[in-house]
Amino acid sequence: MIDATGMVVFPGGVDVHTHVAGGSINFARAMTPEDHRRTQAFIRTKTRRSGLGGMAPTTFATGYLYAGMGYTTVNEAAVPVLSARHTHEELSDIPIVDKSSLVLMANNEIFLDLLDEGETERAKQVIAWYLWAAKAYGIKAVNPGGVAAWKYGDNASQLTSPVSGYKNVTPGSIVAQLAQIIDELGIPHPIHLHCNNLGAPGNVSTTLETMKHLEGRRAHFAHLQYHAYGGDDWGTMRSATVELAEYFNSHPNMTTDAGAVLFGDTVTITADGPWQHLLYKLTGRKWGNLDVENETGCGIVPYTYKPSNLVNAVQWATGLELLLLIDDPWRVFMSTDHPNGACFWRYPEILQLLMSADFRKECMASLPANIKNRITLPEIDREYTLYELATIISAGPARALGLNQKGNLGIGADADVVIYNRSVNIAEMFGHPRYVIKGGEIVIEEGDIRETPDGREYVIKPSFDPGIDDFLQPLFEDRYCMSFKNYPVEMERIENPHLQDCKPQQ
Amino acid sequence: MITLKIIQQPTVPLEAECLTPDRLVELTNDQIRAAVLYHGKRQVRVDEFFQVDGEQSDTIELHGDLGRVRHLGRQMSRGTITIHGDTGMHLGAQMSGGEIEVFGNAGDWLGGEMRGGRIRIHGRAGQQVGAAYRGSLVGMRGGSIFVDGAVGIETGMRMKRGLIVAGGRAGDFVGLQMKGGTILLRQGAEIRTGAWMQRGTIISLKDLQLMPTFAYSGTYNPTFANVLAGRLAKLGTELPFDVSEGGYERYCGDRAVPGKGEVLIWKPR
Repeated sequence: MIDATGMVVFPGGVDVHTHVAGGSINFARAMTPEDHRRTQAFIRTKTRRSGLGGMAPTTFATGYLYAGMGYTTVNEAAVPVLSARHTHEELSDIPIVDKSSLVLMANNEIFLDLLDEGETERAKQVIAWYLWAAKAYGIKAVNPGGVAAWKYGDNASQLTSPVSGYKNVTPGSIVAQLAQIIDELGIPHPIHLHCNNLGAPGNVSTTLETMKHLEGRRAHFAHLQYHAYGGDDWGTMRSATVELAEYFNSHPNMTTDAGAVLFGDTVTITADGPWQHLLYKLTGRKWGNLDVENETGCGIVPYTYKPSNLVNAVQWATGLELLLLIDDPWRVFMSTDHPNGACFWRYPEILQLLMSADFRKECMASLPANIKNRITLPEIDREYTLYELATIISAGPARALGLNQKGNLGIGADADVVIYNRSVNIAEMFGHPRYVIKGGEIVIEEGDIRETPDGREYVIKPSFDPGIDDFLQPLFEDRYCMSFKNYPVEMERIENPHLQDCKPQQ
Repeated sequence: MITLKIIQQPTVPLEAECLTPDRLVELTNDQIRAAVLYHGKRQVRVDEFFQVDGEQSDTIELHGDLGRVRHLGRQMSRGTITIHGDTGMHLGAQMSGGEIEVFGNAGDWLGGEMRGGRIRIHGRAGQQVGAAYRGSLVGMRGGSIFVDGAVGIETGMRMKRGLIVAGGRAGDFVGLQMKGGTILLRQGAEIRTGAWMQRGTIISLKDLQLMPTFAYSGTYNPTFANVLAGRLAKLGTELPFDVSEGGYERYCGDRAVPGKGEVLIWKPR
């Protein structure tokens, strides 16, 4: 029995967009040995495995760190189907938290070919087959068409121009058709979209246009901060959150996560290969690039966000502005697009910025003087209440993911509960919960890891015509290096699978 | 003064990063004996491997074959360590001050990523002297390393400041991706000296086989050579600079990067 009198009680946190397992984050780990030397080490104990924290924490440490700040569910947001097996192996090594994963589809060549030929119905069957083959939970679209074009040294920056190598397919049509397919299949989480032109000054026009393509459909816009810039080039880049938030507020079909940025070292990882090449050219630091045959790409670049850098300062403000200007906390969620904007274990720092306008002012004092007129943050007085905070870190993302058993303390919900000591030091309070309870079991008590139970993995099985095998098998033998039979991940590979409903809405 | 004498050879490397002047200056004899070393993955007491005399001093003397003892003087900022015998890898890694002298040979990663202080090896040293650890952008940032004998490959890899003097011949890739600082090669080096160097100076008193991405840009007697020679003389190392004795051929590169580094090769008259 726990006496929580006078304490703050939240449902366990739900991270709607993070990168914790699979090929890309593992590549990032391998590329940053210098971080492993200086970072927090988890020494093996009787109940705990060894591991490392830092910019790209190791699998076991990821579970300990998430649970340590009261998160009990995480959604791995970018999995190529080809590395799904690897991803599930790593997910099963992330203890305590429950997990789900999204597969990358917007640059899959078989899917794009079908769209190009107008075979929408078959495309839907293929998507459903891929989803089940990957034992995934939803669909992610990254730079639709852009990563496929990157393999020809090109990118896709215009929503209505055909993608390199295709006659009819445009980024806009990919997005719209994917969203339609997802609705028709009844996938609980809407299309999880990383728009075109990530990170580029002036990209807000692309983002707004993409939103217009999705009017009337459900959609989740990932790490919106990276898609909310005005200006024409790096010199004139500014935050365009006001116009973006205005459109967003009036369109209830959409949800988003912030993708906020904090100053410091991190490593950026994304399936957006062309953008990472540009970032590498800008930084002159390390660069990793992967071509995932037929499906997608991947780029890794270690990066340091500096308050003295005008572009970084604008990014920092933009993330916070989105969280503050979007007025419905049920539609904007806490995220840093871990590890891109900052590492997930730094979330409490952002919560402090959201809850205290004075603290924001204090932090803004260290930004470059010429940031004036480029950001709106100084004019925003809004301060989050605890209730709103619980919504953006738990209830909202749980609802967006279609996980009704998460994000609330009602009857029938999972007993994932976090209990905080009330404190004026917000970062401290949310960084070190008094108790974390996962599935009814106390896992963290006063900063100590007591138990490390295995989490569940959420999987969906959309219905599809089994005859689609006959269509796919010859294509596989022609295009993939992996055999058709070995490709799908077997259900036995998933530790503690939990099948969620996937039914089209009537 | 604290004296440590090795009484038992470790069967696997012994990680001895606690043996620094900064740490030992605060410890009594009993505490030093009880301090923790890692013998492979196992924790052991210092007195399992060393006979310890003295306490609370920042002057440390070690005796015996320490070829399997790693990380001695790691991150030290003061005092002196004198070693009579060979030492293992990572000696003086990340040190910021103080002095280390070895009457014997040193292992790999000698003075890895050091920031200040001085290391003097009377024998030879291993690979990656004063280099950046894997993944790091910057190696040595200050201080000086003197090796009387030969040094291995990748000496001064990604170094940014400081001085490395190799008395013997150096291996391949001296000053690989160097960003600054000075390397003096008294007996020349093997191939690919200065590959990817961005800035900094490599001086060789013997002929070098240079890569085609280095361009000859004249023979002269740079003024800074006098200044450097003056400083080196105080540290017991000679550097020729006088016009009557000869001149330096200057090569700039590495043009493949492209870099603004220089390689100076002494040509006696």
